[in-house]
Amino acid sequence: MSEWLVEVFQPFLALALAPGLVGFIRWVKARLQSRSGPPPWQPYRELRKLFRKEAVVSGNASWLFRFAPYVLFASTLAIAFLVPLLVVPRHFDMVGDLFVVVYLLLLGTFWLALAGLDVGSAFGGMGSSRAVTVAALSEPTIATAIFSLALGAGSTNLGAIVMATMSEPSTVLTPGHLLAFAALAIVTIAEAGRLPVDNPATHLELTMIHEAMILEYSGRYLALLQCGSWLKLFVFFSLLANLFFPWGVATTLTLGALAWAVVTLLLKLVLLAVALAVLETRVAKLRLFRVPELLSTSFLLALLAITSSFLLR
Amino acid sequence: MTPPGVLVAGAVVCYLAGALAAFLSNDRWGRALGALGAGSGALVSLGLGIAALTTGSVFTAVLGVLPLTGLALRIDGLSAFFLIVVALVGVASAVFGYGYSASYQGRYSLRRLGALFNLLLLTLTLQVMADNVLTFLLLWEAMSLVAYLLVLTEHDELATIRAANWYIAITHVGFAALLAMFFLLSAGDPAAAFDSLRANAPALAHRNMIFLLALFGFSAKAGLIPLHIWLPMAHPVAPSHVSALMSGVVIKMGVYGFCRVVLDLLGGGPAWWGGLVLALGVASAVFGVLYALMEHDLKRLLAYHSVENIGIIFIGIGAGLMFQSYGLMTLAVLGFVAGLYHTINHACFKGLLFLGAGSVLHATRTRNMEEMGGLIKRMPRTALAFLIGAASISALPPLNGFASEWLVFQTLLGGSQIPQPSVALIMPIAVALLALTGGLAMACFVKAFGITFLAIPRSRAAEEAHESPASMQVGMGILALACVGLGLIPFFVVPVLGRALAGLGRLPSGAATLTVSFPLSIPGTFGSMSSPLLAAGLLLLLGLVPLALWLIGANRRIRIGDTWGCGRIGQTPRMQYTATAFAEPLRRVFAELYRPTQDLSIDFHPESKYFVQSIEYQTEIHPWFEKLLYQPLIRLFRQIADRVRWIQAGWLGLYLTYMLVGLVALLALAWWAP
Amino acid sequence: MQLFSKILRVGVVTEPLGGESEAVELARRVEMKTRALGRSVAIREVDAGSCNGCEIEITGLTSPVYDLERFGLHFVASPRHADLLLVTGPVTRNMEVPLRKTYEATPDPKVVVAVGDCAKSCGVFKGSYAVAGSVDAVIPVDVFVHGCPPEPADILRGILAALDRLPGK
Repeated sequence: MSEWLVEVFQPFLALALAPGLVGFIRWVKARLQSRSGPPPWQPYRELRKLFRKEAVVSGNASWLFRFAPYVLFASTLAIAFLVPLLVVPRHFDMVGDLFVVVYLLLLGTFWLALAGLDVGSAFGGMGSSRAVTVAALSEPTIATAIFSLALGAGSTNLGAIVMATMSEPSTVLTPGHLLAFAALAIVTIAEAGRLPVDNPATHLELTMIHEAMILEYSGRYLALLQCGSWLKLFVFFSLLANLFFPWGVATTLTLGALAWAVVTLLLKLVLLAVALAVLETRVAKLRLFRVPELLSTSFLLALLAITSSFLLR
Repeated sequence: MTPPGVLVAGAVVCYLAGALAAFLSNDRWGRALGALGAGSGALVSLGLGIAALTTGSVFTAVLGVLPLTGLALRIDGLSAFFLIVVALVGVASAVFGYGYSASYQGRYSLRRLGALFNLLLLTLTLQVMADNVLTFLLLWEAMSLVAYLLVLTEHDELATIRAANWYIAITHVGFAALLAMFFLLSAGDPAAAFDSLRANAPALAHRNMIFLLALFGFSAKAGLIPLHIWLPMAHPVAPSHVSALMSGVVIKMGVYGFCRVVLDLLGGGPAWWGGLVLALGVASAVFGVLYALMEHDLKRLLAYHSVENIGIIFIGIGAGLMFQSYGLMTLAVLGFVAGLYHTINHACFKGLLFLGAGSVLHATRTRNMEEMGGLIKRMPRTALAFLIGAASISALPPLNGFASEWLVFQTLLGGSQIPQPSVALIMPIAVALLALTGGLAMACFVKAFGITFLAIPRSRAAEEAHESPASMQVGMGILALACVGLGLIPFFVVPVLGRALAGLGRLPSGAATLTVSFPLSIPGTFGSMSSPLLAAGLLLLLGLVPLALWLIGANRRIRIGDTWGCGRIGQTPRMQYTATAFAEPLRRVFAELYRPTQDLSIDFHPESKYFVQSIEYQTEIHPWFEKLLYQPLIRLFRQIADRVRWIQAGWLGLYLTYMLVGLVALLALAWWAP
Repeated sequence: MQLFSKILRVGVVTEPLGGESEAVELARRVEMKTRALGRSVAIREVDAGSCNGCEIEITGLTSPVYDLERFGLHFVASPRHADLLLVTGPVTRNMEVPLRKTYEATPDPKVVVAVGDCAKSCGVFKGSYAVAGSVDAVIPVDVFVHGCPPEPADILRGILAALDRLPGK
């Protein structure tokens, strides 16, 4: 009974913490820019305000425009059910494996891209076009990295991968593992729309990818989309943290184990957040047609990861 | 007669009656009777297929209608499965065709269309039951000819005639290969039944040659690279319900033939067989989707996607063959199951998409996406059906495309069990390219659905579009339901397919090896997945979100305004994104593969070159298969034909002389070498 | 690495914002509608024909010294995302309709702050053939910030006054 409770509680914990993660990244970036910046809980205030605003919808839009934010949010929340945050979600583990996660992400991108085209503005079309390009080009890397992880664990189910890595700590130092981590880190940046692939704070429409698709949204729809995109970043960070370095994930359901799981999760997320903030401060945004080069690099890393996994078996 | 025999006879009677009735009556009745015959025949054969598959019984019959060997029919698991594929798409196309062909009234013969449609379904149904060489080949040729005549329906268009020519040419080249293949397989005995072929196969001399000829011949029908060139020409010009049938079923006959010959009759072979098929499958998948991305003719885009999906089917089959050669039987069965599952899924969603495209064509009279837009408000049900088809082909959970692609991925992941690392390394590359294909397919269908249905109409025709008649909607609805249904029951379909493959070609009896539990988790593979639970979860969350919003008291006001365009005054359709623009980033990324030609001409003002009068920019992509492969071959044949032309001087006396000389030579030969 | 050593050396340079200023003029009562906005406000800046002097001062608001983000304010690209319109310049004839469209594109509740003397009284461009009128003639304005151009601190105080969040109040 309590196992069910924790497994259902996990994704909502992810939902609750996701705005805080993004707020923390913004806070670190502000400090690195010598400003005091907004407090780390600013995104919660944004959401609160957005839920109180009315929604202005274009006359050209169809039912798809109003339906897409719900689909994006629901599919991202569904992924959160499959991610081993505090415990391995044994009951949900058999419902989906890593391929399900990847295709649920594609489901969200599909609907958002259609919504961008729905209003008939050039910005939306441009955002959709670029977003599906980046999504399609990240696919080979993700699939190869999944293969490499699955090879080590004997399964593509997330729970099995976590358990396999925890039972054999030496796998962390294998080149396959580390190269797959590097490849997936690059894909995280691409899929979550962070620098150097996409600047989430840009105001220049010609430099937007994700922003351009949501340019037409307002009110509660915008709140759902923003929350969904923050949850996506949180899910990616959790996957990077708990698939590759799963120590801290509770194997028993004692209060102590769960508390320790929370502490280690927060620690790993803070590390990743600081790393991302430092990276975003250091690099400039890549020209759109340089992004495929970056993604090919990540694919090469993933390919090297799988080759070394095969050869070192 | 046994019940299966009754059903077979019933289906044949329905089809023949439909064909005759359509041909003998006038245009209006011909349309209705043809559709009735085709629909009822398809329903009967659907029942036959389901009955045969569930009971697992094998039905045979030999009818003396053909000389020498008679028409031999046999329904085993594989045949039953393909019967279901034929029937499902057949029913939907027949119903759709009733409403759709009304637009041909007065321009082309509806009697001919109805009759030929019934004949095509008849040959397809009998083809999958053929049990000896002569039956198979005769039905194959009949099917190709009927399909050719159907492609020629709109024979006033030049593009149609050219497409039909390419189609018949490549089909016959494939047929020649099949003739040679069967000759070798039956060791020169044309009366051979498949049973005797099966028995003699292990001892055959030229197994590799047979395999290569089979691959060549069946890939010409299936549309695998590099014999795919007729597909994007022929499928767009055929009437839409015929396109649906061709893309959904006729090219699957290539898959059926390949499985029947290589898997069943030959019983599998060395690893390089599977490797070759896998490589061709991957190449088809990648090139198919790349060329589809650049198309803005809606039906040509769908035709290129057929090439892609046939590639995916052959990836599954190729992987299955490879695993079989290494003795990894569970994975081999899984590979074939994945290939066959994708076959029926593709038949459903491609059929649905072609019917949707037909609906759009019916309403707007154009296939060009750049002239469409805003159709979701004018044709809401067509848009919904097309959306389901687009989501299915993009492999989005929980629809059917995702279920079969998941299975193909799991099969390829099993490649890690292949003993030789050098061979096993092909698998991750195949996985990566398959994932790329999936992502690009999604991008392509965002473009196809978005530009066609969303935003503002780009032409008068799109503005004045109206929803299709009820029969067309019902046809689309049948396939849409099939797409959703097949996606939700993979845990049921996989064991059924395993049973269908039981006993074929050294594969162990399916029921023993494919004990699949709910959720779908297959022993020996890497993961588990449950479509219905996933669907239920997604629906639950989709319902929870508005509930949560209501609970927190979110502002529910909506105000309608203008699209934000930086405050510009007025909005014209030209201000939207176009299909070409949408695909432009990907064109740039893959420019080396596409090799687009660009033509930029700038006219300056005669007074000063600082004032530009007009700029014309033209970019074209010519698939280089035609240029590199076919044009040289055609040139070569033309040269040979030019050289040899002197034989035909046009004088009757000369031809009679040739015959006399030939006769004398034969008599001399018979005298000297008894 | 030089970048990060510089960052560590410089530290945080944001200056605290003072209280009152005569440059800020409240045109309407603002308390009721801004309560919903809370402490997160998105600003869309609209240049309705200004000479860009005010824009340069506004860009100073995003600098580390003035840092409007610490108050929960941030600039956005689309008026659909915005709660506050920051309008500069006399409204030229060409920008009249776009300004009105921008106002209509912004969802309620919204606030308008007009920056600079041009926004209130057309400044040096008063009477020009190209000018349609002051911002108040086109859209309802909540706060005027006087100056040509006003200091960034005054602009910030004007924005906060529009949100009824002036420090020291």
